[in-house]
Amino acid sequence: MTAPLLASAPHTHSRFNVSRTMIAVMVCLSPATAFGLYHFGWPAIFLFLVTIAASLLFEVLSLAIAGKPIFRFATDGSAVLTGWILALTLPPWAPWWVGVTGAAIAIVIGKHVFGGLGQNLFNPAMVARAMLLVALPVEMTTWVAPLVGPDGHTGPGFLESLAITFGGGAQFDAVSSASALSQVKSQLDAGLPMERILAQMGSLQDQFYGFVPGSLGETSALLLLAGGLCLILLRIITVVIPLSVLGSVFLLAGAAWLIAPDQFPPPQFHLVSGSVMFCAFFIATDYVTSPVTGMGKMIYGIGIGALIFVIRSWGAFPEGVAFAVLLMNACTPLIDEYVRPRIFGRTRSGKPLDLGEKA
Amino acid sequence: MRKLSLAGLFNPAQVFSFRGGIHPETRKHSSECAIEDMPVPSLIRVPLQQHIGVEAEPIVKRDDLVLKGQLIGKARGPVSANIHAPTSGRVIAVGHFTAPHPSGLPVPTITIRPDGKDEWGPRLPRLRPENATPEEIAAKVAEAGIVGMGGATFPSAVKLNLRAKYELHTLVINGAECEPYLTCDDRLMRERPEEIADGIAIMARALGVKQIIVAIESNKPQAIEAMGRHNRALGYELRIKTVPTQYPMGSEKHLVKTLTGRETPARALTAELGIVVHNAATAHAVHLAVRYGEPSISRVVTVSGRGIARPANVRTLIGTPVAELLAHCGGLVEEPERMLLGGPMMGLPIQNPRVPIVKGTNGILALTRSETRDRDIMPCIRCGLCVQACPLGLTPFELNARIQASDLDGAARVGLLDCITCGCCSYTCPSNIPLVQTIHFAKGKLAEQESRKHQQEQAKRLAAARTAREEAIAEAKRAAMAKRKAEMAAKKQREAEAAKDAREGEAVK
Repeated sequence: MTAPLLASAPHTHSRFNVSRTMIAVMVCLSPATAFGLYHFGWPAIFLFLVTIAASLLFEVLSLAIAGKPIFRFATDGSAVLTGWILALTLPPWAPWWVGVTGAAIAIVIGKHVFGGLGQNLFNPAMVARAMLLVALPVEMTTWVAPLVGPDGHTGPGFLESLAITFGGGAQFDAVSSASALSQVKSQLDAGLPMERILAQMGSLQDQFYGFVPGSLGETSALLLLAGGLCLILLRIITVVIPLSVLGSVFLLAGAAWLIAPDQFPPPQFHLVSGSVMFCAFFIATDYVTSPVTGMGKMIYGIGIGALIFVIRSWGAFPEGVAFAVLLMNACTPLIDEYVRPRIFGRTRSGKPLDLGEKA
Repeated sequence: MRKLSLAGLFNPAQVFSFRGGIHPETRKHSSECAIEDMPVPSLIRVPLQQHIGVEAEPIVKRDDLVLKGQLIGKARGPVSANIHAPTSGRVIAVGHFTAPHPSGLPVPTITIRPDGKDEWGPRLPRLRPENATPEEIAAKVAEAGIVGMGGATFPSAVKLNLRAKYELHTLVINGAECEPYLTCDDRLMRERPEEIADGIAIMARALGVKQIIVAIESNKPQAIEAMGRHNRALGYELRIKTVPTQYPMGSEKHLVKTLTGRETPARALTAELGIVVHNAATAHAVHLAVRYGEPSISRVVTVSGRGIARPANVRTLIGTPVAELLAHCGGLVEEPERMLLGGPMMGLPIQNPRVPIVKGTNGILALTRSETRDRDIMPCIRCGLCVQACPLGLTPFELNARIQASDLDGAARVGLLDCITCGCCSYTCPSNIPLVQTIHFAKGKLAEQESRKHQQEQAKRLAAARTAREEAIAEAKRAAMAKRKAEMAAKKQREAEAAKDAREGEAVK
């Protein structure tokens, strides 16, 4: 008989692990993803697969260079998830190299340069998205109208789609369309009053369900919301960050709209945008780059919501999610340093409680 | 807020909560196994240190014949405990044997070869608790060598004497048994509620408290019901409170928080709030000692885990080798990955199955691979589960990072020393990081640093004292010398003057 193991307590474990977390997030993302893929056809499917495959490839390369155990770390699901999230934020008919470049930025610069899983200061997918947005303004803002829905059109066939993703690109004029946010922005700049702009746009329901042009997986706020609620029910995330992001966007947008209804779209217009939903439930809640305490999460979420509204309203970009998240990522270490739980038997400042006084 | 805490004391239904904690699978496989007596083993090894404090002093020699219940180790100093012979037989060695502890270091141990007759010697003089003074009860508990049987093994008499220092109003009986697998307290409360109630009342009398709360976790409905049927003893009323099944409910300060809503200040005792916590099994031992004069020579041990053929709750003599207890339960069916004394959350692993059962051993677990934890460690993903789980409000992932970076002072600044090493963080960590294990290491390291610093300071102080002493001596010598010189000079002068006088006198003649 071999001697029993001498290892320090505890001797048991919850059996919850990193891969399970990642898989749960992927499962919760799949309704919105499936809708996006169906919605935008074969080119979207190709782009999605290429981006994930590239992420995995760059993960393996980076692990090899860093001398880390490749199989164990590459199969933890984090690289696939990063690629997945990145793909969902890309324009659905973007050429393959956009996805590959994005994956390289996300995995190599966003994650492994900082030291790999758990060490990165910024959300890798958002680093990639922001850099792509700045570097490739045309490719990153060329939207197509969805294949299904009110203004649906017939999608390209399999071979034609291969040409769109891997060849010279599509005849974009035929199908190109503007996202709701950029439409509002450009027309406001052109001097049109808000009322007329909104009247031209699709109904809020269509936007909420996702029958609008937009990023690959960010169109359907409804399905993203459903997936996000599942994440909360599965206890992968807490309700704090989504609630504070959505709440602060809603309150700020509402206040602005009440003050100047001709300048600002109504608050529900922001909430039906899939990108805010996606951000609130799937991006801002990234464990690595968000604060760990409830209060910290609230500050962080409110910060993101406020920044989204500010960038959307006054920034140079129609969409502010990536920048808002990155800016608040930078604040996370600071928040974690100052916002701590109160230690049992001590006051917030760390002194032992006085006898007879209750916390 | 103050009002809330008072409500906790006076409203029997009110239960509070504490932040954090976990809900591990309870795995109480042995909860339906009635307590059974184990026959006298072939060998008994009684360590002289089974308690927190100073080890007892052996008062028997090799080849002495001892009777059951005879004092064989005498408590040394105020925090120590008496040790009695668990059965009759011959002392075959007074020496050292492997401690029931992962270190496997030798501890002073008395080895007895039982004669099989299990013959009682004279019992301790009995006491009628109805007429006894608190001091007499505490002395009896001390005489019987009773220590905290929940595993903390703090000498119970010391805790019963706290009334001298603090104004006590409440006795809390800890029947939470929050560790998975363990069922010994549950069974004891179900099978001996009247005796436990009596022991509790005796302790309440010794403490001079007015109210008694018996806290039992909600996963033990039969124990709650049994104690509820026997909620009166010696004129005291026992208030049975159901507390949520949550680990670490058995932690003294967390139990008090749950029952009364009051938080014990850091580094203070619950006694400062007027509350003393004792274990249910300790109450039973007190009952046996006071009513029947039986010292603490046996206890109920849960034997469980998938490696065990027949999970059981066994009343075992102190000093029984683990291997014999396992054999009594049918032996091992599967080679265990870990062999534990205590529960899976805080139990101590052992390698040598010949080590003895001691007063604080509440369980023997043989855990197989499938019941323990993975060994693959992943990087921290900052998920914050450890922060959510920590019942102390610490940030274990941060402590871990600081300790890994050898920043012990930084770790101490963010609460390292407040950790009660309950293990919730390691249990919940999805990356399987040994958080509490690292914290344990750091606490040890810090204690070592402190003691070294203390030693250095002590040495410095001694050196300084010696220098001062030497200087004082030298000073005294100098002073004496100077005095003598002065005396000599004065004498010389006197002699010179005398001589002069004589010469002058001669001259006058």
